[in-house]
Amino acid sequence: MNNLLVLLMVVPLLVGIFLVFIPNYIHIHRWSTFVSLLINAGLSFWVLQHIVNNGIVTVDFGNWEAPFGISFVGDSFSVLLVLTTNIVSAICVLYAIKTIGLSREKMYFYPFVLFLVAGVNGSFLTGDLFNLFVTFEVMLLASYALITLGGTKKQLQESFKYIAINVVSSSLFLVAIAYLYGLLGTLNMAHLSERIATTGQTPLLTVVSLLFLIVFSLKSGLLLYQWLPGSYSTPSPAVAAIFGALLTKVGIYALFRTFTLLFYHEQQITHLIIGIMAAITLIGGSIGAIAYSNIRLIVSYNVIISVGFILVALAVMNITAIEGAVIYLIHDMVVKALLFLLAGSMIYVAKSERLGDISGLIRNYPVLGWMFFITVLSLTGIPPLSGFFGKVLLGIGVIEAKSYILLALSMLSGFVVLYSLLRIFMSCFWGETIISEEEEIPLKKSQLIPSAILVLLTIGIGFGVEGLTPYIQDAAETLMNPEIYIDAVLEK
Amino acid sequence: MKINEVLLQSVTKIIVFIILTLAIYLFFSGHNNPGGGFVGGLVLASSFVLMLLAFDIETVKHGIPVDFKLVAALGAAIVVITGLGAVVFGEAFLTQTFRVFDIPVFGLIELSTVTIFELGVSLTVVGVVVTIILSISEDVS
Repeated sequence: MNNLLVLLMVVPLLVGIFLVFIPNYIHIHRWSTFVSLLINAGLSFWVLQHIVNNGIVTVDFGNWEAPFGISFVGDSFSVLLVLTTNIVSAICVLYAIKTIGLSREKMYFYPFVLFLVAGVNGSFLTGDLFNLFVTFEVMLLASYALITLGGTKKQLQESFKYIAINVVSSSLFLVAIAYLYGLLGTLNMAHLSERIATTGQTPLLTVVSLLFLIVFSLKSGLLLYQWLPGSYSTPSPAVAAIFGALLTKVGIYALFRTFTLLFYHEQQITHLIIGIMAAITLIGGSIGAIAYSNIRLIVSYNVIISVGFILVALAVMNITAIEGAVIYLIHDMVVKALLFLLAGSMIYVAKSERLGDISGLIRNYPVLGWMFFITVLSLTGIPPLSGFFGKVLLGIGVIEAKSYILLALSMLSGFVVLYSLLRIFMSCFWGETIISEEEEIPLKKSQLIPSAILVLLTIGIGFGVEGLTPYIQDAAETLMNPEIYIDAVLEK
Repeated sequence: MKINEVLLQSVTKIIVFIILTLAIYLFFSGHNNPGGGFVGGLVLASSFVLMLLAFDIETVKHGIPVDFKLVAALGAAIVVITGLGAVVFGEAFLTQTFRVFDIPVFGLIELSTVTIFELGVSLTVVGVVVTIILSISEDVS
């Protein structure tokens, strides 16, 4: 059973490696990537089921017991995210098959996607801070390749910034890890948590925790998001969807893990700062989403708003808010991928990214229009759709904590999301039809199917939230009570 | 002006073998002493870099007709598969084992699965380093 946890990272890795040997069989590349991601999703669902029934699963590599060896730890929070990652990336791959183009496919597109997913899954599952650094790098290296794939001038321009900022933050990450190892003599997260709890979170540790905060903020786009809109809006839509759905979420996961498991003793300092950063992120993201008239930039700024929104939960740190954040994270992964895919389809048919150049698409592409409308509703949090429950729980949690400023900002940001996306909807889908019947670029069904699956998922999560509740409660329970995690890793 | 590279080329022809020997020595000493697959692989790759410097890319490619991207992939595959080998025997991922064999002439020799793992590591290192060097040199100026 325990080794299954490793397979979640190893399956994509191994398939990716084998695909490198057969660069000319693109058909095999396409379908083996898709199928292996689906298999991985199935495996992670199985593991999730096991965790909810029997508690946290751990595996110590090479039988070196924790805290001496490296371990993978699967709790409900991480495996839920792994499950969502695999499903969403499988669907993005389905979209990529139809849109990415043969020349990019031949430049090892699918192996890189698989390595990226392996890195993301590894980051969610690892129980060791240094190993987290390694899996982050696996993910980032694959993302460097994906962001430059195609090599257009704009892409290279933006990817330079992206790589520079990530190299800087990775080196800061390494420095922070070194400080922590120097202070506490261990890097196993459960062991660290235990040691911090016994020695108390000294001022020195708090400073180190702020260094971690800076690092993960850079990765997740909390406050330090200035690199994000540019680099998420240049690669091809399928890649942008994978980035928008997955990459910032890994940073958010790391923030949740470190500030609920390790540095939760001085909340008046660390969590207050997180709260302020989340507030500024909400404001900044909202301004960006309203200010621009480029579809891809507006969509990218929506990613930033949701980062701020989710981290409000970490700032108030109570179980209701954390539960809300977990649901919202899952919802956001699905719906952000959907948003990027739809934006990609719109730009594909209209041949322009500017709002002013596109109008009246609903006549030519009614299905696309309606799917976009459902996405807008889901992102805003209209009841039967998936965004609602996360927002409600998070809102209740913030009210319980009496942080009314954060409450106001996070709810107002919902209006901004609605406004910015309705602006796209109204200007692109309503109005006079600009594309005549002869010029109409046919939007194949196969290009709409991935988006349709994601639409069904967001509706499904909305209606089936009852079924998800046990997993989410278990996830929040473990996050709020570090001793559950520690006991599972260190005492068997 | 054409630079005379006779010295560099003749020295390289000898030095490369010394470097290769050192690489293999480092590789095998790695189990209990300083060294190992990563260092061995780097030293091995340095011999390729030296050859590329002394001769030109065409000559080296003609002499060693190997796609180094595939070398890297092969190495990574070996690493992951040895890790999974332990899973087949019901042990935790990456568990290593060893046994001491009595081989005539050589005496007692310890053979361990970690050597296969290290072989994968060094192949990956060689493949990646040489691929990087080659792709930088292919850049149009």
